[in-house]
Amino acid sequence: METKSTLRNLVGIVVGMFAFGWLLVPMYDVFCEITGLNGKVTGPSFLSEESKAITEQRELLVQFMTHNNESMPWFFDSEKSQMRVLTGNQYEATFVFHNTTSKEMVGQVIPSVSPGRGAEYFHKTECFCFEQQVLAAGERIELPVRFIIDPALPKEIGSLSLGYTLFDITDRVKSENKLANL
Amino acid sequence: MSTVVETHDHGHHGPAKGLSRWLFTTNHKDIGTLYLWFSFIMLFTGGAMAMVIRAELFQPGLQIVQPEFFNQMTTNHGLIMVFGVIMPAFVGLANWMLPIQIGAPDMALPRLNNLSFWLLPMAFGILISTLFMPEGGPNFGWTFYAPLSTTYAPSTVNFFIFSVHVMGVSSILGSINIITTIFNMRAPGMTLMKMPLFVWSWLITAYLLIAVMPVLAGVVTMMLMDINFGTSFFNAAGGGDPVLFQHVFWFFGHPEVYIMILPAFGVVSHIIETFSRKPIFGYESMVYAMASIAILSFVVWAHHMFTVGMPLAGELFFMYSTMLIAIPTGVKVFNWVATMFRGSITFETPMLFSIAFVALFTIGGFSGLMLAIVPADFQYHDTYFVVAHFHYVLVPGALFGIIAATYYWLPKWTGNMYDETLGKLHFWLTFISVNITFFPMHFVGLAGMPRRYPDYALQFADFNAIISVGAFMFGLTQLLFLFIVIKTIRGGKQASPEVWEGAGELGLEWTLSSPAPYHSFSIPPQVK
Amino acid sequence: MSYIKKVLTKLIFVMPLLVSAAVFAESSDYNMSVGVTEVSKSIFELHMVIFWICVAIGVIVFSIMFWSLWKYRKSKGAVPADFDDNFWLEIGWTVAATLVLVWMAVPSTQVMVEAYDDAEGEINILITGHQWKWHYEYLEDEVGFFSNLSTSQEQIDGEVPKGEFYLREVDEPLVIPTNTRVRFLITGNDVIHSWWVPDFAVKQDAIPGFINTAWTNVPEPGIYRGACTELCGIKHAFMPVVVRVVEREEYDDFIAQKVTLAEAERLLTSKNWTKEELMERGEQFYNTNCAACHQANGAGIPPVFPALVGSQVVMSDSAKQIEILMEGVQGSAMAAFGDSYSEIDIAAVITYTRQAWSNGDNGDGVIVTPKDIVDYKNKIDL
Repeated sequence: METKSTLRNLVGIVVGMFAFGWLLVPMYDVFCEITGLNGKVTGPSFLSEESKAITEQRELLVQFMTHNNESMPWFFDSEKSQMRVLTGNQYEATFVFHNTTSKEMVGQVIPSVSPGRGAEYFHKTECFCFEQQVLAAGERIELPVRFIIDPALPKEIGSLSLGYTLFDITDRVKSENKLANL
Repeated sequence: MSTVVETHDHGHHGPAKGLSRWLFTTNHKDIGTLYLWFSFIMLFTGGAMAMVIRAELFQPGLQIVQPEFFNQMTTNHGLIMVFGVIMPAFVGLANWMLPIQIGAPDMALPRLNNLSFWLLPMAFGILISTLFMPEGGPNFGWTFYAPLSTTYAPSTVNFFIFSVHVMGVSSILGSINIITTIFNMRAPGMTLMKMPLFVWSWLITAYLLIAVMPVLAGVVTMMLMDINFGTSFFNAAGGGDPVLFQHVFWFFGHPEVYIMILPAFGVVSHIIETFSRKPIFGYESMVYAMASIAILSFVVWAHHMFTVGMPLAGELFFMYSTMLIAIPTGVKVFNWVATMFRGSITFETPMLFSIAFVALFTIGGFSGLMLAIVPADFQYHDTYFVVAHFHYVLVPGALFGIIAATYYWLPKWTGNMYDETLGKLHFWLTFISVNITFFPMHFVGLAGMPRRYPDYALQFADFNAIISVGAFMFGLTQLLFLFIVIKTIRGGKQASPEVWEGAGELGLEWTLSSPAPYHSFSIPPQVK
Repeated sequence: MSYIKKVLTKLIFVMPLLVSAAVFAESSDYNMSVGVTEVSKSIFELHMVIFWICVAIGVIVFSIMFWSLWKYRKSKGAVPADFDDNFWLEIGWTVAATLVLVWMAVPSTQVMVEAYDDAEGEINILITGHQWKWHYEYLEDEVGFFSNLSTSQEQIDGEVPKGEFYLREVDEPLVIPTNTRVRFLITGNDVIHSWWVPDFAVKQDAIPGFINTAWTNVPEPGIYRGACTELCGIKHAFMPVVVRVVEREEYDDFIAQKVTLAEAERLLTSKNWTKEELMERGEQFYNTNCAACHQANGAGIPPVFPALVGSQVVMSDSAKQIEILMEGVQGSAMAAFGDSYSEIDIAAVITYTRQAWSNGDNGDGVIVTPKDIVDYKNKIDL
């Protein structure tokens, strides 16, 4: 029957669009990674072969910003607030984490590079932001970030800012563990 | 075939009596009536909220409500007007008119039709009940941006999410029904390119609905999971992104804007051709224009979020694509003007509302074009200029379309002519007050007043007082509309089948008696 | 810029209007502010160009429409013509509309490119949106402060007359120097806010976890006022932006003073504080940082913001209260203050809440001193 086939198609569209809505989530991540939208960088990245071939270096300013989200009580700061770096070389910056509370807590650092289109040229070969940090009450640690600025960085970008926001995910981790133990 | 006719003969009795008629009805006219009354009630509910907002904003300072309740009012005003007034009213018009415009006996799926209506009072019952809960209703704006609507929301947000789900199901079922009806129930001879423009506008709208309502369902489900199940779609702490919410929301939200205006385009096209006594100019280009608006609406969503920090290329892409929409929209306006040109025009109430629609919707279109210009939008974004813009396209746009349609088809629904003098009075009061209300919003917006503010700086005081006076006038005037509608239902001059001079040739609905019989076109008419 | 100028000169017929509008708009209550930066001026010009193009199209379309309505009204005996299509007319107006749009798109793109500029800033300021105040941090000098609404609650409630800068004044404005490229790095602490100063044409969303950039270069000293433009909760309308632009020397003095103040603050911690001194400082701190939620009378807005008057913690459990102030309360609007404020401020506000209203009479009357806070920190450090 004609009505039936129309119905089948329409229900198909509805189901398909519902799925598409969810698909937008991974699509957005891919899109962000390609375009550097929001300066979101999730894992370690390294210089590409083409970038390695660029021998010309230039100096630029890299700034570090640390920020505690809402009720995160830890002390969190970078040792230096800014560095002058050459593109293509690897550098290290140190960050201090200090759990100033009387409880064990879990923190997660979310990086953000601005301007956003500079994000893909900011290669972090090692970063504490790739994993959660568990600090005992009163524990203080120093963690490094190793990074290389891609020599292919567009000329118009005169400085890069690496912002780190520290989130308290203690409760989130607890509830996940609870779920896992069920 | 003959058996089919016999069963229909059997069905030629009148409606059932009492409450059960309305609860269990599968008749498209009854369901259309239910939808229209529902949206009328919601118009006054959402309107009352607007009155609270305007009363608070009448003067600087906090006098009547606290910011917390003010935010609940703006949020619910938006949600109710969009999902509870404009959309159900157009679905109601579709239910009433589509079958009789295409010569069908009823909608293709009458029982589903009953379900999709009765879901609505449930959805809005849930939404409005949250206002009476101790934590209050949704207070994060009708666009419910995360994380204000997730981590920072009152716990009643779960009711809100459920209610949006139910509204979504209702809209999707309604749209499936409409598309199925249009594709399978047209009278012999009525090819797609012979369909009335209102039918075309609804066909396109229904496709938009089934394409984007599931996305809205997806986004509120993600919110639900973020709030209750510890996921982090929109929470940066877990690797999510609050901006993702805005992208997904506006992927739904922008087509939604056209969902609210396309059926009005259809209605206004009919009314202008009727009262110009001249067929619509450029029928085919009207259809193509609506289709292009619908397609373009999927690639412009990020123009609502020019200030979230997108890369230059992204900003430019969304600016250009948004500007493109002005072309098909412009074509429609030109076509309406060309229809009036060299016609023989009379000015009954539906025509007055339609002329006002063309003029004021165009003004809303101009401010829309200005908002598309990214650098200028940095200054306009989230100010009253935006509020002025979308109220111009939604009130003198969509709502005028609905009011015009009501006057235009009311004699067909009730069999009685409405009171023309009162109708004209209603028009003029509405027209004047709508402009007093929304035009000064352009000025306060440009001068720098942000939207969703319960209190404001002193230099905005004069315009805000004017806006509030206009809003109260507008609100009161709509009581006159209610009176006119009830008066027409209760009696009035008997309407002829064609109702409007010369309308008999314009559509199948005018070949039926007035009021239209409970069962119509049981035997399909032949369309030449 | 030069292109826009050229476009403008071409628009001779609207020029007089344009100029008069620009003059009016200097401090207009009904048009966009011209602003003081080059970008804001180009944006204003662009806005006016687009506006007049829209007006011109409107005049043409509406005059044809209303003329048709007048000329072809039936009461005058108009007889309908019999046409419903004209291929070339349709093509013509589609092409015309496209051309007008291209005409608009060219200057728009140019201004856009001008506004987007990622060059290095001489001064970099981290702006953080909090519910419901702004925090400014000068990255080079490592000093920062909160900027709170300074309009009194009495003015808002209409108990006293409203001042000239009602809802547009703050206790500590952001200070930047003239003729300097200032880069703003904008982020959010909790929900999304948006930092807007119309006179600079800077509006950027402050999104938690992400950093947006904007920049400005202001040629004239002055006080520029703006607002938060993204709905951020109850006090969305009560977190204005105020920027004081000063000459370079004055700016340098300001920063030097800020740096000294921060030093002095550290020294003050070791001083012996009296109850009265703590109460005075605590009241001030309470009114700027706590009263928005807990209310000036300590009654709160239950159930969202708990009352402090009569609270068991505030009356008789100073250790718990210190912990709450220092670490915040998970899953509520109560932020951790330990990271952002000095020991003195925290001790003062705790003392204040324990003594103010009826708490002083009903509670244990314990006074918390900056030393207690330092002890608390040391205890945790172990």
